[in-house]
Parts: sequence; C-alpha cells; structure tokens
Amino acid sequence: MKIIEKSQLMSAAEIDRTLQRLAHQVVEKSGGTRNLALIGIRRRGVPLAERIARAMRGIDGVEVPVGTLDITLYRDDLSKVAPQAVLQSSHIPFGVDAMDLVLVDDVLYTGRTIRAAMNGLFDLGRPKRVSLCVLIDRGHREMPIEAQYIGRTVQTSDTEIIEVRLTEIDNEERVVLVDRVDG
Amino acid sequence: MLLVKNGRVMDPASKTDAPRDVLLDGERIAEIAAPGKITHADGEQVFDATGLIVAPGFIDMHAHLREPGQENSETIETGTHAAARGGFTVVCCMPNTKPVNDNASITRFMVDRAKAFGHVRVWPIGAASVGSKGEAISDIGAMRDAGIVAVSDDGKPIATAKLARQIMDYCRTLDLPVIEHAEDVSLAAGAVMREGIASTRLGLPGMPAAAESVCVARDVQVAELTGARLHIAHLSAKSSLAQVRFAKQNGLRVSCEVTPHHFTLIDEDVTYDSRYKMNPPLAAREDREALLEGLADGTVDAIATDHAPHEPAIKDVEFDKAPFGILGFETAISLALEQLVHSGRISLLRMVELFTSGPARALGKERKLAVGEPSDLTIFSLDRPWTYHVAESASKSRNSPFDGHSFKGGPVATIVGGKIAYKH
Amino acid sequence: MPGALLTWPREAPPPLTRKQVNYRFRDLLAMEPLSADEITFILDQSKPFQEIQRNPLKKLATLRGKTVALAFFENSTRTRLSFGTAASRLGADTMNLQAEASSLKKGETLLDTANNLNAMKPDCFVMRHSSSGAADFVARHLEIPVVNAGDGTHEHPSQGLLDALTIRDRKGTLNHLNVTILGDIAHSRVARSNLHLLGKFGCRFTLCGPAMWVPRELEHIGPPGTPIRCVYRVEEALEDADVIIVLRVQTERLYEPSLSQNDYILLYQLNAERMKLAKPDALILHPGPINRGTEITPDVADGPRSAVLEQVTNGVSVRMAILYLLMVGATEGTTHPALEGKTVS
Repeated sequence: MKIIEKSQLMSAAEIDRTLQRLAHQVVEKSGGTRNLALIGIRRRGVPLAERIARAMRGIDGVEVPVGTLDITLYRDDLSKVAPQAVLQSSHIPFGVDAMDLVLVDDVLYTGRTIRAAMNGLFDLGRPKRVSLCVLIDRGHREMPIEAQYIGRTVQTSDTEIIEVRLTEIDNEERVVLVDRVDG
Repeated sequence: MLLVKNGRVMDPASKTDAPRDVLLDGERIAEIAAPGKITHADGEQVFDATGLIVAPGFIDMHAHLREPGQENSETIETGTHAAARGGFTVVCCMPNTKPVNDNASITRFMVDRAKAFGHVRVWPIGAASVGSKGEAISDIGAMRDAGIVAVSDDGKPIATAKLARQIMDYCRTLDLPVIEHAEDVSLAAGAVMREGIASTRLGLPGMPAAAESVCVARDVQVAELTGARLHIAHLSAKSSLAQVRFAKQNGLRVSCEVTPHHFTLIDEDVTYDSRYKMNPPLAAREDREALLEGLADGTVDAIATDHAPHEPAIKDVEFDKAPFGILGFETAISLALEQLVHSGRISLLRMVELFTSGPARALGKERKLAVGEPSDLTIFSLDRPWTYHVAESASKSRNSPFDGHSFKGGPVATIVGGKIAYKH
Repeated sequence: MPGALLTWPREAPPPLTRKQVNYRFRDLLAMEPLSADEITFILDQSKPFQEIQRNPLKKLATLRGKTVALAFFENSTRTRLSFGTAASRLGADTMNLQAEASSLKKGETLLDTANNLNAMKPDCFVMRHSSSGAADFVARHLEIPVVNAGDGTHEHPSQGLLDALTIRDRKGTLNHLNVTILGDIAHSRVARSNLHLLGKFGCRFTLCGPAMWVPRELEHIGPPGTPIRCVYRVEEALEDADVIIVLRVQTERLYEPSLSQNDYILLYQLNAERMKLAKPDALILHPGPINRGTEITPDVADGPRSAVLEQVTNGVSVRMAILYLLMVGATEGTTHPALEGKTVS
C-alpha cells in the first residue's frame, strides 16, 4: 500500500489562526470559562486541546483545565484494530460532575471515536454539558454526532485520508490530504 | 531351509566379524560358510543380506506385554509384532500383568498365547513374591517348570532385604536369576522425575539418584551373602553402576542392563509431556556419561528396552498423573547405532554383544550364531535412513518420545526359528 | 538429541500490520519464556486499568459478549475472585468451575473437563490446577488463550506480574533490586515466577528458609547468571533487601517433611525486631492469605512498609490487562486497520 500526498489543506500559520478562532468561539458560546474544561482525545486531540487552552488563557486570563482521554477500551471495533492494541492512560485530573466539557480531536469522520469518548466520560461522572471541537470535519458520518466547533469542513472520498501533522507528535506542522493506493 | 547370503556375520561369542552365508534348517543353524560356498537347492528360500549385518537373534530381556489384563495397551501378539519389527527374536516379559504372573497357570497362559499368536519367542519372567506384594514367595519352582527364565517384582523393588535374601537363596538353588527393579520407595515417594535443576525449574517432585543406588547397594550385599545371580534392571545412575562394578570386581554374579532412553536422554530433556516420564526417570548428564562408559567397558551386560506400552487414554494426561513408561522395541537398534556406534563410543561387535550374548549370559544362557544353535537371526542395516512414525507402530500404544525422529540404520529382517518374522 | 520435539509455548498468529510484536504468545502460562520488554509492556498496560479502578464507574464494555472460563481445579477464593472481577469489569461474562463441585471427583479426566468447558465456547480459559504443567497440557489441546492461574509448584504468572507492578509503583523501578524471598521456596510457584520475572531485570536474590525448603538447585532458577544465594538464617537475609517477599507457611502440610510451627516462628518469623535489620524503605510483599502470627506478625503485615493490600488491588488491574491482551486480538477475516498511528474515527 502506498501513500500519495494529494494536496496541503492547511499550513502552520493557518492551523494557528484556526485554533485561535476556535478558542474564541468556545469561550463566547460558553459565556466565559467558568466550569469549562477541555478533554483532548489521544493522540492528536491532546496537543490541540493544550493549544486551545493556551489561547484561552490569552483571552480570559483563566487557566482552563485540560484532560486526556484514551478511547481504546471504549471502541466498538477493537477486533478490527491490530492485535494487542496498545492502551495509553487517560488522565483527567478534575471531577467531571456538573462541568462544561469540550472534547477536542483532530479529525471528525465516522463519529465512532466520539461515541466511545462519551462512554468513557460518563464512566467518570455526570458532566453538565459535552460539546465537540474538531480541526477538520471530513463528513461520512456513521453516528448521529456533530461538532459544535469546526476548524474547516472538507469533502473527501473513502480512499482519501486526512493527516493532521503537529509539531508535538510529527515534527512538522500542516494538514494534508493523502490517497491510499494499492501497490 | 532358508539361506541368508552375502551378509556380514557378527557373532560376539566367537568374536566373528566376516562375510558369511548362513543356512537355516528349521529350528537350527545348519551351515555357515564363506559367501557362495553353500550350495542351495531349488525351492529353498533365499534372503539377500548384501550390505547388511547378520547377527544372532537379539534378546530383549525386559519388556511389558500387558497380557493378561491390560490388553487395551498391548497384547502378546501386538507386542511381539513390534518386537519383531525392532529386530528382536526373544522377548522376556515382566510379570506385572493383571493378574500378576506369580503362578504356573498364568505362566502357561503366556507361553501358550505366545506360541499361538506371538511373532517372536517369549520367555516369561515370574513374580518373585505373590502378587508382587512383597510378603510371600511365589510358586517359583512351579513357574520354572512352566517356562520362566528369571524372577522379578518389576515395577517395584523386592520389598525388604529379608525377603530379597530369601528369594535370592531360593533362586540360587533353582538356578534362576533375580532381576531387581532397584528403588528405595521412601526416597522415591511421590517423585515423577529425577531430582535436580530440571525438576526444580519445572516444579515437579523428583527422586535423587540415591533412590536407585541405595537399593542396588542393598541387593549387592544380599547377593554376596547368598551367592545368587542378581541382575539390576534398567540401571540409570552413576552411583548404581559403581556398585555393580564393585560387585563384579569382587567376583559376584551381578549383572545389569541399560535402556536406550537412558543412554539417549537426560532430565534436561523433560518437558510437561508424559512421553518423557518413566521409572527410573531420565537421569543427569553425568549419569548418562557414566552409562556410556559402562556400556563400553563391559560393566553393563545388556541393552534392554523396558518396552512399557500405555494406551493414549491413560498416558496422554497431566505429567504427574501419567503412568511411567515408554515404548522401546522399534527404536532400540537405531538408538544404539546412533548413540553408541556411530558416535564412536563402542564397536559394532560390542553393540551386538549387548543385544545377544550379554543378555543371554545374564539369564544363565547362551546366544550364538553357530552351527546347531537356534535359527534366530537379526539382520540390520548400518545406514538405512528412516524416520520413526509412532502412528505406524505395530504396538497398540503410542507413547514414544522419539516420534518423528530420523535415524541412520535399523532393523531390516528378523528370523525366528528359521522363519522370517519381519522383513522391511 | 530428540529432546525438543515440542514447539512450546505457542506463538500468537502473526500481527497484521504492527511493526513490532508486543507479546508473542497466545497464552500466559509462565514468566520464564517472556522477555523483559514483554513484561514491561504488560505492566504498562496495567496502568490504565489501575486508573479505571479509581473511577466511580468501574465497568467497561470492552469485552462485552465475551466469556472467560474460570476453571479452578485447585481451591482458591482470592485468585478466582480477582480474575472474576477483572473479567466482569471488562464487561465479560464468566463460567465458573470449582474443585469440590466438579465432575473431577467422578473421575473425569482433566482433558475431558477442559474439552467440555470449551464446548460451551468461552473465549479464554483461566485455570488453576495442582499438577505442575497442567495449564501447558490444556493449552496444547485448546484453540483459545489459556491463562495459568497457578499450576502445582511450577508458576503463578499473574502473581509475579502483580508483585512486579507493586514493586515498580513503590520503588520506581524493577532494575537491580535486592530481593529476599522467605519461606517454603521449594514448593512455591509464586517464588519461581518472581525469580524468573525479576531475574530478567537484573535483580539479586536471597532465598531463606529451613534447609528442606531451600534446596541449592534453586540457585539455577531464573535467567542464567542471576545472582541467587541460599541462606538458612533469616538475620542474614534481611540486611540489604529492597524487597522482602514472605511466603505462606502451609499449616496443612502437603509436602514432606513437616516442620514444627514453633520452630518456624522461632527461627524465621518476620517480626518487628527482625525488621530493624532491614532497610527503612524495604518493601514487604506477601502473596496471601497471610497466617498472622506464623510467618509474619500482624504489626509488620499492617505496617507502613507492607504493600499487601496494594498487591490485591493491583492484582485486579494486572489481570484486566492480561485478559485484555489475550482476548482482544485479530479475529478471523479481520481487515487491515488504517495506517499506523491513525485511528479510524
């Protein structure tokens, strides 16, 4: 299987601007940062959540807590993932009861990850509200799940993949559209 | 008449190792001559032994045929069939059948059964004590008349020194050897393998070498006291061999046998597979080394298989629940060639001795390839490549750790009483 | 030499796209064949489960619809409860076989019992048996993963792992620790698993107990070259120990020879006086159940250096990790997952 890069969707600067915009959107819609917390979904949701929290600090001067959630145990398709899917820890160092939680992920696709993430959140307690913030929405939903905060909406086909590359993980900073080709 | 021609005849009794033709007439060897010198008439059977060794018929002086009473695991017919395929012309069967062979009628049953259905000769060994319970002496005299060649309580040692003395005294007068399964029951209690690093690692209870040698020491002393003929069965430990060597050096009539699995495998080979479980258990590296020396220097008199079939239903269970014992007939010659001859530890003639005149002497008999002797021959190859598949065994059981092993050399034909009992 | 005719332990089916296999085997039968990396992997995978056990809601749906057979041919309340809890918290159902109630009493062989249970289609077989090698034997005949919950005096791998997790959490590392094991080591499957596991991390061992229970052959257990010394006075065993593993003295003597309980207490009991010889931060472990007043005094068992209760909690986490690891894998006809690192979202 080969990966062919088709086009660049976002540059480093565009990512940064979008995250700033999302941070503002969230703060505005939430009416402030009280009881607000961000939960980054492993892996790439985590640095995105941290950056959005940092941007929020700039807006309101307030520290919005950030938690990380590993959804492996909550997936419905575990048998289709490679054997011995490695577990990472979740780390949510605050109570979720009565909180206004924003799940953060890089790409929203079928919606299954978000469904699993909500299962994980509700095992921890009873949040007041859960909303979803994603950098890219690429359509093809299989669950009745939508994001409240979207960086960019992109039309894609099934064989295409959107790769969000972040400095913290990939040592580069851009969003690309790639194609999977058998060969 | 059966003419065996072009073979390399090896007879330890006369120290012969030469190309010879052998003419068998019914139950006797009629003529032995240089190749081509025996005129053969029409209608005579001819066996071409070109490239093969022709030896006196091999004797396995320790085997279990399980009949009467345990016919699911083996019968006299199937066991002797496997023995013939293994190159043996005589099998001495142990008395731990159900019921135990401790009286003349059981002995006669075995003898008759063997005459009717056996593929090779069967020389029964009678129980030393009634039921092998270690209390009363069995009808040894009557059994001798019925055809036993020795006594033993095999499966167990003779229960006490006092009983061993009485039996040895008695058997000395009847001119029967006493064959001892040497084991100190208290040291061996609960053990399923040899005590050592391997047993500690596997978490399996083990018996030390002393479990065997303590009993050998007892019996050698009693043999000295009584002047009896004592033969130590399936000797496995260096310390036991030392006792036998000492006894021989002091002129005692003590002999011993070693099994092929004891000169091939050691306790480090044991895994949680009951095909590695037997009694005495596979011993330590140094014991095997000592056995190899003893096989070379004459301290060991015979190779005997202790062929111990157990049907899969009872043998294929957890290690500590499985009965002791493995098959032996069909792999004995090949293992001896591989481990002893091809490796250079002993000469081929010495190997033949360990299967023929050695065991015969331990039983107070003779085995020779000479005119007038019984027409039993073992014909084998030194280099025929073959692989042992236990599923094809003539035995009813399947408990061999050598399944799938490839050998160089093995039995080719077995002639008993002038008739071909097995031909490859 | 026709020695190694079996290829055991069984290897797991080759992974689909993973570049690296984290755990090679289909079963968990023993610590001996595992590498240090594989052990570390299992311990790391226990961490998420430790956290989940702190949640108000401890139940996952990860193994929903799967069944774990708990075949305990030898009595055990604690290990069986621990595995049962682990299975339930992962959302799996359990099938319970208990020794007294089993048809083994009616003479059914182990293999028949295992095959019968297997015919009810569990997805995993956890077993404890009094014969060493019994789990190995059953694993050879089943297609599903087998977890050894203790076989005779051979190994108790999940105990070894939970001990290691407890040590690692308290000490920060498993490397190069001085470990003392105290008690009837000759007959202890827990001790063997500890030796094999910790030996792979460069630990040094002192084995201590009455001579009949500490044979010199134990010096050869564990990876080759592991420093192991046998001592027969408890005072000599405590001085440098970072970890002291105290084994239960079986008051129902199953193995010869019997030793007088008074003698054992006099010479080997771990009490406060003797603990003064140990390092202040020495960690005390016990596989349980504890005979208070025999091998260990209550004050030491309940003291700050003792991690006995943490062992129990960690036991559930480790067993959840084990069940997760063995039961979540490629099933027949699986498709290749998305590319490495990309989740299917």
